[in-house]
Amino acid sequence: MQDVKDYTIPGGDNFAQGEKRMRLNMGPQHPSTHGVLQVIVDLEGELVVRCDPVPGYLHRGTEKLAENKYYTQIIPLTDRLDYLSPFNNNLAYVMAVEKLLGLEVPPRAQWLRLILSELQRIASHLIWYGTHVMDIGGITPFLYALRDRETILDIFEMCCGARLTVSYCRIGGLMADVPAGFVEKVDDFVKLFQKSIKDYHKLVTKNPIFVGRTVGVGVIAPDDAVSLGLTGPSLRGSGVNLDLRKAEPYLYYDQLDFEVPLGTKGDSYDRYLVRMEEMAQSTRLIEQALAKLPEKGPVKADDPKVMLPPKELAMSRAEEMQRHFYQVIHGFPTPVGEAYASIEGSKGELGFYIISDGSSRPYRMKIRAPSFVNLQALPMMTEGRMLADVITCIGTIDIVLGEVDR
Amino acid sequence: MKESLQTVVQKLQEKFGDNILNIAEFRDEVTVRVKKPVWFDTLQFLNDDPDCNFKLLVDETAADYPLREDRFDIIVHLMSIEIKHRLRVKTSTSERIPTLYPIWKTANWLEREVYDLFGVIFEGHPDLRRILMADDWEGFPLRKDYPVEGYDDF
Repeated sequence: MQDVKDYTIPGGDNFAQGEKRMRLNMGPQHPSTHGVLQVIVDLEGELVVRCDPVPGYLHRGTEKLAENKYYTQIIPLTDRLDYLSPFNNNLAYVMAVEKLLGLEVPPRAQWLRLILSELQRIASHLIWYGTHVMDIGGITPFLYALRDRETILDIFEMCCGARLTVSYCRIGGLMADVPAGFVEKVDDFVKLFQKSIKDYHKLVTKNPIFVGRTVGVGVIAPDDAVSLGLTGPSLRGSGVNLDLRKAEPYLYYDQLDFEVPLGTKGDSYDRYLVRMEEMAQSTRLIEQALAKLPEKGPVKADDPKVMLPPKELAMSRAEEMQRHFYQVIHGFPTPVGEAYASIEGSKGELGFYIISDGSSRPYRMKIRAPSFVNLQALPMMTEGRMLADVITCIGTIDIVLGEVDR
Repeated sequence: MKESLQTVVQKLQEKFGDNILNIAEFRDEVTVRVKKPVWFDTLQFLNDDPDCNFKLLVDETAADYPLREDRFDIIVHLMSIEIKHRLRVKTSTSERIPTLYPIWKTANWLEREVYDLFGVIFEGHPDLRRILMADDWEGFPLRKDYPVEGYDDF
């Protein structure tokens, strides 16, 4: 049984009696920290003198586990990173493995991935919208946001059976083709959602309380944002134009027409407007993608060493059955080398870095989690402001602890 | 290799010569391996030089090769927002390495994570303490000699 050591809390712990400074612990269990995040705040009255976020309460050792699993077995682990946009995590991971293998994915699969990725972005931003506004005090928008998100989760459920842990991507394509009725359902959702966004704006955007609590709060200058490594809406809110869908197009984003909203002042209100407009732009992308989606086609790559054989063949022919057993039991070998692939996730640049030693398991897998890097900005945003602004700033960075801690 | 990266590689070779151990290209990605003494200077150059313009530190991580003398590889991913090119820079160390915090503030938490999970000490880091594991944890979980199932206390 190891002794509990006395460890020094940085910044000192010797607040003399009668001193104005107080150390407040926003414990890991707190309704406004969006998960298990601990924030240690040194206060003088209401003024935040020091803010120290302490992540790690949801650390599950995903990267260590990945070193002991075959590449396909890692896909369910990725669902649980940013659990509000699991499809995007799957996508970024399989893109890294496909890059390592040099595998080409068929067009229908890429278009479907694009549509689902944008739907996932909307779902993730809806949760951000509901929870952020709720933290500030507006309880109603949360229910509106979740109602629309239900339709997106229904779409995922009809495709793969799961709402949260979708594991829908496979290395080389998708788990299976989408069922009949998918295109109509997505189309209906897009038309409904384009009207719903107007409701969301009506509820919140010009509300004096919301404006009062977000304008000028959590300002990050563009140079600081880049130095801190911010990506995603947190960076674009400060006016820096970096969106990987435009800068380094993946899937078929270079064939589609959309705009990247940018903020000007870098405060929480600008980041709010950026994310709201991103949801609207996502609907534009989905509409265009549905029109360009090829009507028929394979959704899995054509590489017998990597892909499992089709079920009908595996169940009827000996050669395919043997191959199926062999590939499930032994995985597939990969070239020696390393690859990094990233997507524009809803929180920022979500990347997977895989080092391969030639075997069927990664030698090292690093998850470049945008929430982890973005959360570093919290002390700069909050020091010198009031305690209530800490809540606003945590919400405006939009973190998901599954991604912060992995 | 993209043209802008060819310029970067050329400039690196001119400036650092023998200190560049290897330049590899795989799947359109360029990886530069440098010797540890020039680690900080190389990255400072990549940040400052206008043709390189790597203002965004995307990721800093490590990999463990326990059978080597310098068992840890420190790997940095860089990106330029204006020129839109990426680079990967690597070096190896057995224990300590200078921090990149003076160049990019992103390195703060990224290096804390490498310290926490691998035990690499970053000299000059303003606040080097564990970040993901508990404060009183013993051992460095992502090392290859640390079992995935942990030890029997936890």
